[in-house]
Amino acid sequence: MLNRGEEDQYRVFSRRAAILVGGKAVLFSTLIGRMYYLQVIEGDRYQLMAEENRINLRLLTPSRGQIFDRFGVPLAVNQQNYQVLIKSENTPDIEKTLTHLGRLIPLSSDDRKRILKDVSRKKKFVPILVREHLEWEDVARIEVNAPDLPGITIESGSLRFYPQGKAAFHALGYVGAVSPKHKTGDRLLELPGFKVGLSGVEKTFDLALRGQAGSSQLEVNALGRVIRELDRKEGKTGQNIILTIDTSLQILAMKALEGKTGSIVVLDVHTGATMVQASSPSFDPNNFTNGLSENEWKVLSEDERAPLRNKAIAGEYAPGSTFKMIVALAALEAGIINKNTTFFCSGSLTLGDGKFHCWKRYGHGLTSLRKGISQSCDVYFYELSRRVGIDRIAIMAKRFGLGQHLDLDIPGSRPGLIPNKAWKKAAIGKKWVGGETLLAAIGQGFVLTTPLQLATMVARLANGGKAITPFVARDIISRNKLTSRADFPASDMGLNPKHLKLVVKSMEAVINNQWGTAYRARIMVPGMGMGGKTGTSQVRRITQAERDSGILKNEQLPWKRRDHALFVGFAPIESPRYAVSVVIEHGGGGSKIAAPIARDIMVDTLNRDPAGQAPGADVSESPTIHKEV
Amino acid sequence: MPRITKFSSSDKTYIEKLCQLNWQILLMIFLIAGVGFSMLYSAANGDLSPWASRQMLRFGIGIVLMLAISIIDIRFWLKMSYMLYGISFILLATVDVLGSVAMGAQRWLDLTLFQLQPSEIMKIVMVMALARYFHGLEVGDVGKLRYLVIPVLLIVAPIALVLRQPDLGTAGVLGLIGAVLLWLAGIRIWQCLIFSFSSVAAIPIGWQFLHEYQKQRILTFINPELDPLGSGYNIIQSKIAMGSGGLFGKGFMEGTQSHLNFLPEKQTDFIFTMLAEEFGFIGGTALIGLYALLITYCVFISFSCRSQFARLLSMGLVVNFFLYLFINMAMVMGLVPVVGVPLPLISNGGTAMLTVLIGFGLVMSCGLHKGIYINRRGASLTR
Repeated sequence: MLNRGEEDQYRVFSRRAAILVGGKAVLFSTLIGRMYYLQVIEGDRYQLMAEENRINLRLLTPSRGQIFDRFGVPLAVNQQNYQVLIKSENTPDIEKTLTHLGRLIPLSSDDRKRILKDVSRKKKFVPILVREHLEWEDVARIEVNAPDLPGITIESGSLRFYPQGKAAFHALGYVGAVSPKHKTGDRLLELPGFKVGLSGVEKTFDLALRGQAGSSQLEVNALGRVIRELDRKEGKTGQNIILTIDTSLQILAMKALEGKTGSIVVLDVHTGATMVQASSPSFDPNNFTNGLSENEWKVLSEDERAPLRNKAIAGEYAPGSTFKMIVALAALEAGIINKNTTFFCSGSLTLGDGKFHCWKRYGHGLTSLRKGISQSCDVYFYELSRRVGIDRIAIMAKRFGLGQHLDLDIPGSRPGLIPNKAWKKAAIGKKWVGGETLLAAIGQGFVLTTPLQLATMVARLANGGKAITPFVARDIISRNKLTSRADFPASDMGLNPKHLKLVVKSMEAVINNQWGTAYRARIMVPGMGMGGKTGTSQVRRITQAERDSGILKNEQLPWKRRDHALFVGFAPIESPRYAVSVVIEHGGGGSKIAAPIARDIMVDTLNRDPAGQAPGADVSESPTIHKEV
Repeated sequence: MPRITKFSSSDKTYIEKLCQLNWQILLMIFLIAGVGFSMLYSAANGDLSPWASRQMLRFGIGIVLMLAISIIDIRFWLKMSYMLYGISFILLATVDVLGSVAMGAQRWLDLTLFQLQPSEIMKIVMVMALARYFHGLEVGDVGKLRYLVIPVLLIVAPIALVLRQPDLGTAGVLGLIGAVLLWLAGIRIWQCLIFSFSSVAAIPIGWQFLHEYQKQRILTFINPELDPLGSGYNIIQSKIAMGSGGLFGKGFMEGTQSHLNFLPEKQTDFIFTMLAEEFGFIGGTALIGLYALLITYCVFISFSCRSQFARLLSMGLVVNFFLYLFINMAMVMGLVPVVGVPLPLISNGGTAMLTVLIGFGLVMSCGLHKGIYINRRGASLTR
């Protein structure tokens, strides 16, 4: 039997539980009462509100701004994208209609399955996408057969198109589908099929190119069918972007690079405007518009020649002898040498237990600065660098734009690397050794530069020491708005003009002196003389054994182990206007491979003189497209 | 007066136990879940994917778990109470550190089909632990302050953790369940009053600790028209959808407000609104009736239990279930703030389904073992 305590326990519990149950009953009644109030008493009012709930706001996609080159040649435009849609309520027999349509345009069985599934899922009046990216002929064929295709409609959307294809791929960039990381709250990004710039100028200027969404207030009936448009606010078309690139030159540069891996940059030495920025191998950005298949992406991204990388700004190469001007200026500015200082080149220099060779086996003999640069004597620069020291070389290199991200309008640039003592301590944890200074002096060892940096360096040398920065777009985007690039003159770097002149004259001798390393690449046309510097940077170490038995020729080596061929230059000699840099990966010797390419592109540039010509009609306001012939 | 005259044997086989299960409760659960599946089917515009099919799968798993729990002896659950509480508490503390962020609040441990939400488990094991504690007390001792220290700690500690997450709704529910258990166990009336007053006094202090979005929810609850496109939007749309359903509703799959997507989260928190829109006042009341019946059967079990542990456990779990559905329904009708509580057995989602079914498993275990006498120490004495 129960004891007293348990009885008490039970009595308390049951009394209080009963109250609790009563409380629940009250609350349940409250719910029902509230529902009665909402649904029965106020039901009519809410039904009216539900009717009014029928105004739908729909976003209108603005058309994306176009991109033109400096003469108004279209680089990125919008093309009609024809879509076939089907409305199931207007077609008595969907299967039959689709079969009929299948005779006019190819329809896979997967397409059919998807369409039928969509049809069964969506409301009868909702148009369902059958196929997109139709050719105009297909559209015409469908239009002609319209009577046999009830419920089929054709709509045109817009599709990004790059008329130049591969030629301007890297700097232009491409567009692609919005991924979650792009979402910023802009409602445009939520629209199906909306594309954003994923690379290049398309990415940097995305906000200006994008434009503003319009909106359309639609009245829909209680079933969601559109009755009429109540109000329409047109969106704002995206702004056009004008690049400084000259498409014709760009195409020529791409042609010069055909079959090679490397890049060409041509800059206006006075402004920094980019005339050419070519990177090879390239890739057709139109393929990105509709999305790449996984396989295509894999092929592209795993190619050892890296077609996706913009090598002009993201390829980091040892500059080789093209770095020697920096060492020379560092020594001149430090007062260590002058015009007449000479060193004796015996073909090598011994430092500690290391032996550092000149490229010329038996040496250059007595060598001055002019000879050192024009014949690219390595020993001369070993001697210079020992006296100047790596830190002063590094400071001079930084002043010329090396070893840093240059303020360019496209993402993805690499900084390169200009080493100094502190850097080595921090990055590698070891003390700097003298031999490394010698290697740096001939642009080997730790030193890495990009073709754009090299072109910038030459431009700053050739323009009399003005710190120009390169750019590719005429305008800049600041605080999400497109504004004109401030037109202030580049600041003076404060170098002694005599020193600059000496270096520039030496560079002229590289090409125009018969002993110069690029004599064979000289331009014979009067008034088109070019100055420059060759560079051949090793990607492998040459052993003493190989030296003794004769250094292997590049042709004897596998591609990946061949030297990089480099050339930097400016023209015309009389008053320099253009700077060029050419890097051919594993191309071989700078004088043999890179210099002729640079000469050809420079001749073309001088002939066209894009910087001297007035730009074409102002296309930013009225996008009239005139094709270059 | 108690009618504890028949004592069932504890030596029943599991098969026998399964046959003796309270079939009314099972029937109600299946009916309500069935309503849920059809609403999810409707919410997906007449498609089993993405919600209904997964929900059925979860329900199947949950039912098996429920039956397994129900045939396990109630004395086992009594013995495990404190341990389960301890484990859940550690889990709850873990999500503080590890939990993935969902809707700005750390609550989840992701287990693919189900997301383990320790605060939900906590609701059940807190009832178990409190029932276990009061089972070992004389009714006269319950009112003494020194015996109240442990149960109050058992209640406050998890609430503090849940508030850190921060999950206002769950913290409130935990507090309410705890209070109900104290009340059922027999604390004095004046103690109840002190508790209520101190809770009310804590509100302005607690307000300071609320996140901005939580303050916003409470403020827009008070006046939803203030912000018709912001946080008040849900409540307004819910009321319009429900109200426009009228007496008989618009018919299955014909709810315009829900299907034209004026109604937010129609597959989870606002599923009752969709039901009320499509089936009207009649349909909504019928569902409330089903819930009421289910609760009534559980209350019968609670009254018929011989041990204080089983009584408190089953009543506490019923209260938990009731709070779920009341808060959800009151929320969609605009009676309480939008706190994000699902409608049990109906809303799409794994955790709520699982915890509710685990709760019913325990209630049915109480029912199957109602005649078992357990002494204060927890040892049984079967007569």
